Amino acid sequence: MNDILIKFILSAGTVMIMFSFAGLLTWVERKQSALMQDRIGANRATIFGFKAMGLFHIFADVLKMLSKEEFVPEGANKFSFNLAPYLSIIFALVGFAAIPIGGALVLSNNHVIWLQAANLNIALIFIFAMMSMGVYGVVLAGFSSNNNYAFLGGLRGAAQMISYEITMGAAIMGIVMVFNTIDLQVLDRAQGVYMLGGWLPKWGIFVQPLSFFLFFAAAMAETKRIPFDLPEGESEIIGYFVEYSGMKFGMFFMADLVETVLVAALMTTLFLGGWQVPYLHADGFYFPWGAHMAMSNLPVVILGVLSFFMKVSFFIWVLMAVRWTLPRFRYDQLMNLGWKILLPASLINIAVTAVVITLLG
Amino acid sequence: MENLDKYFDPQGPFASLRLAQMKRAWKRSNRRELTFWEKTYLPMLLGGIWLTSKHFFYNLTFHVLHLFGLYKEVPGAVTYQYPEKQRPLSSRLRTRHRLTKREDGSPRCVACMMCETVCPARCIEITAAEHPDPNIEKYPAEFILDLGKCVYCGFCVEVCPEDAIRMDTGKLDIAEYSRENMIYNKKRLMEG
Repeated sequence: MNDILIKFILSAGTVMIMFSFAGLLTWVERKQSALMQDRIGANRATIFGFKAMGLFHIFADVLKMLSKEEFVPEGANKFSFNLAPYLSIIFALVGFAAIPIGGALVLSNNHVIWLQAANLNIALIFIFAMMSMGVYGVVLAGFSSNNNYAFLGGLRGAAQMISYEITMGAAIMGIVMVFNTIDLQVLDRAQGVYMLGGWLPKWGIFVQPLSFFLFFAAAMAETKRIPFDLPEGESEIIGYFVEYSGMKFGMFFMADLVETVLVAALMTTLFLGGWQVPYLHADGFYFPWGAHMAMSNLPVVILGVLSFFMKVSFFIWVLMAVRWTLPRFRYDQLMNLGWKILLPASLINIAVTAVVITLLG
Repeated sequence: MENLDKYFDPQGPFASLRLAQMKRAWKRSNRRELTFWEKTYLPMLLGGIWLTSKHFFYNLTFHVLHLFGLYKEVPGAVTYQYPEKQRPLSSRLRTRHRLTKREDGSPRCVACMMCETVCPARCIEITAAEHPDPNIEKYPAEFILDLGKCVYCGFCVEVCPEDAIRMDTGKLDIAEYSRENMIYNKKRLMEG
């Protein structure tokens, strides 16, 4: 009974935290783009004269979207038209279940909770499966809208996401080979080892730098945001959600942001050691110069969770910075990059990694 | 220039002519083949992110300092928060009209009809009347200026012999809920 309750709290907490992260991203996106372009950003929504740096715009947006007309175009397939946004957002959210947000929380002598909503031993494959399912929302929205532009957007989305998923899967193989596991919790623990005389943590980004860059590019394409927003293409076709209005459009919008958070969390887990804090072990800090600072379990876990979310925020910042800096790829450039550069590079990475691992024993 | 073959078909019509043309065009365009490093797209990508991040952190620093009341004179953005704060106007900018006054508060205008005649939008309508002072001869009983028609060319100001109409109120945000409210009479114009 207690176990189920703990599990429930854990999964609810994970989903709520990630969802509020995504909601906050609408504000972050406005403010960060404003600062990058020497503007102030949204600051007009007030409650009792308080502006709170434009944070109330989140609520204003939600109110606006909820109160708008839900329009279904003539000739649209009503069932799939209504289903598409839900598919889009649910598959983006479900992926978080397998992401470890912290280490082992020891309740009593033989009662240990791993801070991860679902302790899957195939976590990596599960997340990849859920991210691939996200394409169904896009394709379904494109097909069911009875609109040529939406159709075009859906096709582009399908082509782009399938192309880049291959690169993503191939790029990650290097990490899987080095750490020899696809259980993300085990993978995070394996990254708590130190190289170079104990100075450099054995994080994915240090042992597989090329893999990191390939995964970064492919994952950006997976979120369908600029510079990879071919399915949307604001200036040419409005994209697969052109016929959607109100909260259903909001769901597509949120799905992109949730995917951004998911990708940031995945990159943190795979390449930046997840909840690992440098030099922090299960019983305190062991610094490479020999110092030791003992700590009990609870502060260690809290530090781990904090470090996880700090790394996620950092990656979100980087993704946003790229999104507001680069222009959109042309379709042939996109396909060239995906099939001629990223995929061969990731295959070479796998081969080199395999040879090096074999030689090192 | 090495890869010209990609764009050029030596068996095609007017081949030599087109080759010479393309060579000239290539020379004019000052274009060159991208190096390998440039083709990877990374230097431009990183350069762009470096530039935007520089702006981001510069502005963020000053926004945070403003929260603590420091360095208020250094702005964190180049924009003006418009309805609260208007940006400074150039002194020669043509803004809403006003009728200047004599020392006794009556309009300087002598109803000579110059502005009404010169106005390309025909938005001025003056009703002249005889002035009690024999030195002044005429005065405007009514001076109607339809800002809905006005094109802000400033001819009325240029042509006025008495310096009676000026466009220096600094008011740009003229917005009304009806066309009738856009029509300014003598009283509203003299209020400034």
